[in-house]
Amino acid sequence: MTEKFKRQDGRKLNELRPMSAKVGVIPNADGSAMFSFGNTIAIAAVYGPRLLHPQHMQDPSTGILRVNYDLMSFSVSDRKKPGPSRRSQEISKMTEYALLPVLDLREFPNTVIDVQVYIIQADAGTRTAGINAASMALAHAGIPMKNLICSVAIGKQDQEIIVDLDKHEEDFEEGEGATDFPVAKIANTEEYTLMQLDGKIPPARVKEVLALANKSCEEIYEVQKKALKEVFEK
Amino acid sequence: MRKENTEAHEASEDTESDIREEAEPIVKKRKIVIPGEIIVSGEDFLPSEGARREGNDIVSNRFGLSEEAGRVVKVIPITGAFIPRRNNVVIGRVTNITMNGWVIDVDSAQSAFLPIDESPRFINKHEMDQFLAIGDILVAKIWSINQRGIDLSLKSRGLGKIEGGFVFRVSPNRVPRIIGREGSMISLIKEKTQTDLTVGQNGWIWISTENIEGAIKARKACEFIAENIHLEGLTEKVEEMLV
Repeated sequence: MTEKFKRQDGRKLNELRPMSAKVGVIPNADGSAMFSFGNTIAIAAVYGPRLLHPQHMQDPSTGILRVNYDLMSFSVSDRKKPGPSRRSQEISKMTEYALLPVLDLREFPNTVIDVQVYIIQADAGTRTAGINAASMALAHAGIPMKNLICSVAIGKQDQEIIVDLDKHEEDFEEGEGATDFPVAKIANTEEYTLMQLDGKIPPARVKEVLALANKSCEEIYEVQKKALKEVFEK
Repeated sequence: MRKENTEAHEASEDTESDIREEAEPIVKKRKIVIPGEIIVSGEDFLPSEGARREGNDIVSNRFGLSEEAGRVVKVIPITGAFIPRRNNVVIGRVTNITMNGWVIDVDSAQSAFLPIDESPRFINKHEMDQFLAIGDILVAKIWSINQRGIDLSLKSRGLGKIEGGFVFRVSPNRVPRIIGREGSMISLIKEKTQTDLTVGQNGWIWISTENIEGAIKARKACEFIAENIHLEGLTEKVEEMLV
């Protein structure tokens, strides 16, 4: 291991990018929120519970959650072709699964709660920013939920485990290259709702990653909490 | 369920001494809570709507205002969509005319239907649009909610088509506060601005008046309440506003 590992933007290994969050950014939605990690900005809007079409998807025992994640075409330096892609469909589903464990939709049979997550500026960590925004937006929409969801990407650059990678760090290619390990968890618990791994990491070091994720999620939770409590102080 | 909420909202409207005289449980100061937040700790408390017990703590189940009335702790939603309940008076817009009634948009998950039999007088099936045409706005009451949707009725006082004045919307969760304890807030607005207000539980408000200045004042007062439901002593603030 190198003695003095320096991150390209001067952050400490366990330091997140500056975060900001705001609730109620979309007046027409039933609930909305913005969450950003440095240059990555995600907005989420929640509509519903509302009647679900097509009818065959309706579930008479519970409401369902439907997430749509996408990058805006101007969010990346090479224009992103608008419309659904393999990547955005996968992340939509993944966000849905990450959020569902805290929601209780039995009160709203045959309905759907639509969550739209859009990335208006992308600099890595868009899915985690999207999950954080969506979790706040769902709370803002008054949906019964057990707890908030906090999400952060942990990564590895060669041998160093670092938190909240930006695009430059994600493209790192020396040594073992870069590893991306997005995690989502239920706030203040040890329950994880999302774990992905892109790259390689020794099984022995996963504990280290989770410990770092727990610590970072506490910081994220504080930002989310503050934003929700400030909803009347606009 | 909505009714209980309304009463709780209203109970805290008055000063504490008033409440004591009526021998109601004292409502402690309310605060904004987020899902999963511990509201109070202790074995004595009972979780009500929007709260749950987790070990020794009472934890919030949703984003809203927490309220402790004696031992009972509950969380009142302050944002989100309209959840219709039976006997709610709502304001809606006609979106379609069918063989035997009107389809009404009341801003809820399910569509609402007003059967021709529930109109206050006999209507010729061939001339339904003479009574209510597409785009007309009406005040109606929810008389049942079932699998198919919401059924509306016009067979009650004060219900029917809206003529004159204007309609605007606020968040449906703010409606109990605009109405106030036994309608105290709404009668205050009516009296001070010399206007006639009808507030639908779905957040649509109809102001009917010839007096435009009063109507604008009334609308501003409603919007002020909707934005400041978390404040104590709202009645006095609104009174000041309308002087």
